[in-house]
Amino acid sequence: MDMFEKLKILGESAKYDASCTSSGVDRKGGASDGIGSAASCGLCHSFAADGRCISLLKILMTNFCLFDCKYCVNRRSNDVPRARFTPDEIADLTINFYRRNYIEGLFLSSGIIQSPDYTCEQMIEALSLLRNKYKFYGYIHAKTIPGADPELINRLGTLADRISVNIELPSQKSLNTLAPDKSKSSILLPMGHITNKIRQNSYEIVKYKAAPKFAPAGQSTQMIIGATPDTDFQILRLSEAMYGKYRLKRVFYSAYVPVGDQKLLPPAGTKPPLLREHRLYQADWLLRFYGFKAEEILDEQHQEFNPLLDPKCNWALHHPECFPVEINKAPYEMLLRVPGIGVKSAQKIVTARRQTKLDYPDLRKLGVVLKRANYFILCSGKRAEGLIVTETGIMRQLMSASAVKELEQKGGFEQLSFFAQEDSAGKFPALPSLPTVEDTVKCLTGEM
Amino acid sequence: MFNGRDVVYCYDGSYDGLLCCVFESFVRQETPVGITAGTQEQLTLAEVLNVPTNQEKAARVAAAIPQKISPRSEELVKIAFLTFGEDKDLLILKYLQIGFRVGAAVENMLADDTVNALNKAILHCTNEAHRMKQFIRFSDFDGYLAAVIEPKNKVIPLIADHFTDRYRNENFLIYDETHRMALVYHSHRAEIVYDIYFEMPAASAEEERYRELWKSFYDTIAIKERYNPRCRMTMMPKRYWKHMTEFSENEFAPSKSRTEAIGVNPSLPENN
Repeated sequence: MDMFEKLKILGESAKYDASCTSSGVDRKGGASDGIGSAASCGLCHSFAADGRCISLLKILMTNFCLFDCKYCVNRRSNDVPRARFTPDEIADLTINFYRRNYIEGLFLSSGIIQSPDYTCEQMIEALSLLRNKYKFYGYIHAKTIPGADPELINRLGTLADRISVNIELPSQKSLNTLAPDKSKSSILLPMGHITNKIRQNSYEIVKYKAAPKFAPAGQSTQMIIGATPDTDFQILRLSEAMYGKYRLKRVFYSAYVPVGDQKLLPPAGTKPPLLREHRLYQADWLLRFYGFKAEEILDEQHQEFNPLLDPKCNWALHHPECFPVEINKAPYEMLLRVPGIGVKSAQKIVTARRQTKLDYPDLRKLGVVLKRANYFILCSGKRAEGLIVTETGIMRQLMSASAVKELEQKGGFEQLSFFAQEDSAGKFPALPSLPTVEDTVKCLTGEM
Repeated sequence: MFNGRDVVYCYDGSYDGLLCCVFESFVRQETPVGITAGTQEQLTLAEVLNVPTNQEKAARVAAAIPQKISPRSEELVKIAFLTFGEDKDLLILKYLQIGFRVGAAVENMLADDTVNALNKAILHCTNEAHRMKQFIRFSDFDGYLAAVIEPKNKVIPLIADHFTDRYRNENFLIYDETHRMALVYHSHRAEIVYDIYFEMPAASAEEERYRELWKSFYDTIAIKERYNPRCRMTMMPKRYWKHMTEFSENEFAPSKSRTEAIGVNPSLPENN
């Protein structure tokens, strides 16, 4: 089998893995006869036709697999062409792509052949070829093999910048049904092992300068969205726990794309729940950069995201008691909670207001989206001039253009009323949700 | 702070030359209506003042910027000098005027029109430099790597360290077609050369093979069910596609199926 065919098969098998970031480690220089470096911000070297970034050469070592996970395209029972790269082929391809600036490094995962330990050893061989023979200082992300010996995972971690264990599905029940060969503990155990190892390593490198670094870019994971009935709230709480307890750098969400007919899964032809995935990423950002807690974004009563509004706008509308916010005085944390103000514009506001009192035109210059922010802020005690507050008006400004269009076709804004009827407790009733919109609204149109 | 005067300063286009314009403006206590680099002939009704480049005056201004304003401002001005806007020189002068008046605080005056405009231009430039780090594509010619770029800003000084560090053991060249300048890295030494012309030689069979492998990987990695050309265009504007391997057609084997796979006609990159 020639390289073209192998690359096609093993790239095809790896493409459903969402994580392709190269961030988290800054490494300049290295041996003068080596090649490569890593930038902490990460670099996306291209974008595929689906708009996803291509940062790393994302391939499987092999797509032969002993396991039979129902959601996976490489499951044992699936009839697909199989192939296998040798460690030499992987190293040669990586170096030659890297020299031409096509990629930032390698993302290596694998199906399980012979045994988890054997598979892991083969991966280690490919990575040590790259690191030692080719003196490659670029980025390497390795996926751990479930069930491999901890000692092998340790060796993998000293060669790679980031390692990840996929949690795959958000609950034990879903795992039992769809991934009979995996269990929650077989996933969380290595994850915990890696977390401990990273922590231990951070002490070692303080003590001994030459101590080998263990996964300096940290650990990430991925779960599949929409293959099982788990709710958004369950998923978000799980993410929060993983950011907290396991100190993960990233949790990736991957909208399930049907891969062959399975009676336990959504049928082939089902559109991937892209809007849901998009909302999860928005909420994930709120957890990591905006100081939100999962319980603030969703709760037991509201387990699903509002398809019409992003989670931050949704929160703001449900908490009128927090607004309006005075731009010239409010603390940074509160500025971050205003729809239309992001991390960068909030930082700029804090910097600029040291010099002068800010007014609405100034905010525009600092990159604030006034269209949204207007309803939630005051500048030196004043509302924006000519601002008319009506419920449909606010809704219209807070929703994305595509959602507005969608709604108008469905019968318009008249059906939406949530400001008119405050209930006796003085709280706003739950926002109306139109679950059917979910699959049809195009998301990811420039909002992420 | 100075009075505006109907005069246009004309200098030789060098950084030192611009600093001399700043010097002139302070000596004359005036703000010109425009500053032009010598190469551009400008049709103007205003009086034209030729400002000769004087190392001593330039050095005095250069030393004053980090001392009287801030080191960060010096950095900003140096990057602003690489931007392509027509009024960039005047913008730098106005920024320095404010800086010499208020000191380091000028950095925080983000809502001021001059500071805001300067920051925007710098952001455009640094963003483009970042995009170059992402989208530059090298070709291997007998072990010598070469790439062609067409940036709007003079980004080469901003990306030089990145590439010389990354490819420290290679020999390579990055040619900026817009500004006819290049970064040449040879035998572990980097140099920026100006006023040159470079054309890519024909690719060898081996080079062609890796290009085809990359294109094949690029086509494979996209998920059909998630096709989203608008998102791709936002992240990777079309004006960069022209020099990118994944959108270049193999002259000898143009394939129709590939055009369909990536959803564009790769032979027609548009400028936008």
